[in-house]
Amino acid sequence: MLKKTVLNAAHRALGARMVDFGGWDMPVNYGSQIEEHHAVRNDCGMFDVSHMCPVDLVGKDVRPFLSRLVANDVAKLQVSGKALYAAMLNDAGGVIDDLIIYFLSETRFRLVVNAGTALKDLEWMQAKVAEWQLDVSITQRRDGNQPLGIIAVQGPHARAKVWSVLPQAKAATEGLKPFFAAEVDQYFIASTGYTGEDGYEIMLPADQAEALWNTLHAAGVAPCGLGARDTLRLEAGMNLYGQDMDETVSPLDAGLAWTVALKDERDFVGKTALLAHGQQKAFLGLILLDKGVLRGHQKVITARGEGEITSGSFSPTLQQSIALARLPLGVGIGDEVEVDIRGKALKAKVVKPVFARNGKAVI
Amino acid sequence: MSNVPANLKYAASHEWMLLNADGTVTVGITDHAQEALGDLVFVELPEVGAHFDAEKEIAVVESVKAAADVYAPIAGTVTEVNQATADAPESVNQEPYSAWLFKLKPDNAADLDAMLDAAAYQGIADAA
Repeated sequence: MLKKTVLNAAHRALGARMVDFGGWDMPVNYGSQIEEHHAVRNDCGMFDVSHMCPVDLVGKDVRPFLSRLVANDVAKLQVSGKALYAAMLNDAGGVIDDLIIYFLSETRFRLVVNAGTALKDLEWMQAKVAEWQLDVSITQRRDGNQPLGIIAVQGPHARAKVWSVLPQAKAATEGLKPFFAAEVDQYFIASTGYTGEDGYEIMLPADQAEALWNTLHAAGVAPCGLGARDTLRLEAGMNLYGQDMDETVSPLDAGLAWTVALKDERDFVGKTALLAHGQQKAFLGLILLDKGVLRGHQKVITARGEGEITSGSFSPTLQQSIALARLPLGVGIGDEVEVDIRGKALKAKVVKPVFARNGKAVI
Repeated sequence: MSNVPANLKYAASHEWMLLNADGTVTVGITDHAQEALGDLVFVELPEVGAHFDAEKEIAVVESVKAAADVYAPIAGTVTEVNQATADAPESVNQEPYSAWLFKLKPDNAADLDAMLDAAAYQGIADAA
């Protein structure tokens, strides 16, 4: 039995093509994935991401707890509302999950974790709270007594569209720099996203999500499925948990070194392993020069040995196939490599793993 | 419900076939198949002159989402491929029954008679 978000009926009413996405019955597109992709790059689109799991952490020890729990340093969170992207590691330095941490007050932080990893994450966090004997209460907000829905509104016109339907939110959100959140009445509005575009991710009581979704749709915001969400995040060079990294992969080998704060005394789970092993692979972008489509798990042949594509697709913005790949150290930007696609060696160029943002190609 | 023209024959693997006057068979993918795949961005066609047994992978269609094999619905030799479709993969989404992929000269012309008619294929497409 597939799990459903509170917007399931709304997706079906819009004629969405529904797929089993990690046990969730989710819209992959509402017609054309490519049109939805362009709507977000050029105008405004919205995604139901209510399958992701908000987790509230409350108590006097939340900051010291997070300081030990994740590889990024919550000491960077000093202004209320500030958000931080971080990886939660196991003792071997593998990625249990990637998540966003919102700092609300010294006794209240909110996390948003991935859909498929939520239960595992909650168990891990509960075990760590007990092991470290800290005053932290953990409440997931995906279901239970006070469930939240999450709608991501993304694109150059996203802010204006949100203000047109939630005018009361304008004053509190128009000054939000990227990666901040503001609480306005029952809405938790964050300037975060997974598309490389401006916009908001809005959390609200689940029973109000369908009304907001329909109001945004009536205001001209294009409903977009998980298909477009994947090509948008790939173009933006953002990792997808389970594809680009997992429990067997170090964040240093997944392009996440920028989220790992190693250069101070702070200890965190997985730090010893990261220091012992260092970086073993280069995580870079590929652009296919021949015709075809790059996909996850295809083999990459380089002058330094073999690598592997972790995520690949067709880029609607570049009109070429692009990929993220884990390659041998020493492979550099500008190198030409070959990708084995159904037994044929096709030429690809190594690039910085960011392809398009803010409506434009950046390659 | 997807479009299933009555004048064509079908394979359960979602190819359509049109018998031409010269005895060759034109093959493409059905409306149901293109809709399930989503926006097509790449088509890999077989080589003219190559022979394929029935149900062997003969071509590949790739959408933004995924790659899918196209199977030779009947055994035969490729006599022609549609480069226009390879150059504009989106034409398969727009006109699945015009944007054909390749033509086969059947090993055995009677094989076509054993393929699904429109009513039988409609049942498969609706159940999928």
